[in-house]
Amino acid sequence: MSTALVKPQNVTRSNRKWIIGYSIAGAFLYFVYQFLLNWEGLPLGIYDAINRWMPPAAVNESLVYVIMALGLNIVVGYAGLLDLGYVAFWAIGGYCAGWFMSEFFYFLKIHFFGAVPAEAPGIHINFWLVLIIGGFVCAFFGALIGAPTLRLKSDYLALVTLGFGEIIPQIFFNGENFFGFNISNGTKGIVQVDPIPVGFKDLGPFDFGWKLLIFLFLAAVMVFISLRLRRGRLGRAWLAIREDELAASMMGVPLMRTKLLSYAVGAFAGGLGGVAFATHVNGVYAERFNFAISIFLLAMVVLGGMGNVWGVILGAFVLSWVNGNGLSAFGALYNERFGTEIDFASFTFLLFGLVLILMMLFRREGLLPESRLKLVLHEGDIDEREASGKKAR
Amino acid sequence: MSNVLEAKNISVAFGGLLAVNSVDFDIPKRKIVSLIGPNGAGKTTLFNVLTGLYKPSVGTISYEGKDITDLPPHKIASIGIARTFQNIRLFGLMTAQENLLVAMHSKLKSGITSTILRTPKQRREESEAEDKAQYLLDYVGVGKWTYEFARNLSYGDQRRLEVARALALDPKVLLLDEPTAGMNPQETGVFIDFVRRLVSEKDISVMLIEHDMKVVMSVSERITVLDQGEKIAEGTSDQIKSNARVIEAYLGRAKEGRA
Ligand SMILES: Nc1ncnc2c1ncn2[C@@H]1O[C@H](COP(=O)(O)OP(=O)(O)OP(=O)(O)O)[C@@H](O)[C@H]1O
Ligand SMILES: [Mg+2]
Repeated sequence: MSTALVKPQNVTRSNRKWIIGYSIAGAFLYFVYQFLLNWEGLPLGIYDAINRWMPPAAVNESLVYVIMALGLNIVVGYAGLLDLGYVAFWAIGGYCAGWFMSEFFYFLKIHFFGAVPAEAPGIHINFWLVLIIGGFVCAFFGALIGAPTLRLKSDYLALVTLGFGEIIPQIFFNGENFFGFNISNGTKGIVQVDPIPVGFKDLGPFDFGWKLLIFLFLAAVMVFISLRLRRGRLGRAWLAIREDELAASMMGVPLMRTKLLSYAVGAFAGGLGGVAFATHVNGVYAERFNFAISIFLLAMVVLGGMGNVWGVILGAFVLSWVNGNGLSAFGALYNERFGTEIDFASFTFLLFGLVLILMMLFRREGLLPESRLKLVLHEGDIDEREASGKKAR
Repeated sequence: MSNVLEAKNISVAFGGLLAVNSVDFDIPKRKIVSLIGPNGAGKTTLFNVLTGLYKPSVGTISYEGKDITDLPPHKIASIGIARTFQNIRLFGLMTAQENLLVAMHSKLKSGITSTILRTPKQRREESEAEDKAQYLLDYVGVGKWTYEFARNLSYGDQRRLEVARALALDPKVLLLDEPTAGMNPQETGVFIDFVRRLVSEKDISVMLIEHDMKVVMSVSERITVLDQGEKIAEGTSDQIKSNARVIEAYLGRAKEGRA
């Protein structure tokens, strides 16, 4: 046996080092950003530039996209199941927040560690609990839609998910009278959800700085879950199905059960993102849950490299930034400079379509190169190998 | 009972085509038997039936005395029937080690929560599985590629890795579909010695689909010949060599090919 065969002992430790590194870098960026925004002496020009290119609301929103994209990544990136209707989970998660942390059910009065005065009507359950409820409700629906459809060939599965992603938002859109019940206020939406209690403070819609931390935390939880699952028994089974479904079944992987779990876990993240988004926009509005979001999230996963967690995060940041801010800010700059009146924001989808096609043609592994991908899988192992004088191929 | 697997009266139809037609055969314990026949004879289809990928339209398969005809593929795999593929089907963007760990899926027990929390039990299970994977990778001779993506391995190493992956299932029956395709004579020799060693060292029975007649004749306890879905002969290498129908099936087809 050569030294390269020695089982690496330091996998988890070096894994941890990595994550600590990222956390420190992230915390640093966060403080610089917050400091600049709150610094009295900041030149007005810079303040304007930050608000034009990177306003706090957009940063927070992009983090919600990161959470959602990481969830979709489990279905599409890990298990290789094309899901064109992921927005449905976003919607269901959103309405969980709408139902359980607002005055929507004004005729009830149920409080459970909510962040509102005790006399407020409606259901007011603690945000953190609603997160978990939203996650599990979505996981349930994920399994529900998956059970009858996962037997289908992938093309048909994609069509069914597409339908699901259209139907669910439509139900909410017309939800003022859903078999006699009002489940969504229809087009009016549910306005105002409860603040997020964090012990010393209740975070309202404009506490961007604090909520950035909350969303960062949720995204970190998703990263943690994704990486841990990826390295374990279930994650390997997902990837095996993505790589070669037939061979996976011949190696003892139960296809239905494994795929169903990817749906459920992916949908769970959709629920987290949905609840988080409802607190971000302080409401739930049916018309926001459209097909475009499903495609948008898909583009993030593809751009990031199917199954590559760090790549997907990068993809989510880049695309949601381009969509939310970057493109229009760039357009404004361009129009100012050249005296044109091009509506850049209207080209968003052209751009995303182009990204999807180009990525599929030239870089199916996503933005980050393969060596990076491998690092994600086996950080410690590589260290070990290089330490033993063997070069990674 | 001396047979680990018995297939009776197996027929498989694709539309109008009878790919396998009323074939009987069995795999004796700790022996190497071979399945030969011209292209399109139905050899791979037979493997696909044994592993549960296709259900036979007629016939039954029993394994260690149990009827497994209606079991789904992953169950059949987990009770000990493993295979390799004619055209290699590894999990390309997974490491060699992970390819083997996938095959241990049914033996491992960790669920979602214990994996996320990385409980001591889960860690122990994983590290034992990794040790076993390394043992098997070494055993087939690709031990230095543990952390390499399967798709980056050389052709021969990929073939070996596929065998290791099949062995990770702890099989009693190993079905090898043209494992030496694309190997040079020397590599083939090494590989066949390896299969022999496997059968003598582990409690494994091998069924081999192979085109190289020299290999087949030298290694097989018994040879089954298929032609156009039908079993046309069965016996020792000497019996097969002199069988008129076998000669006709091979030579006749060759003549047609030339015409
Ligand atoms: N899934 C399928 N659908 C339709 N026909 C099939 C299918 N699989 C195999 N066949 C047909 O069944 C016949 C037997 O094919 P099979 O692959 O079993 O042959 P083989 O003996 O393995 O040949 P080779 O030596 O070329 O590998 C062929 O005519 C093939 O076209
Ligand atoms: Mg074949």
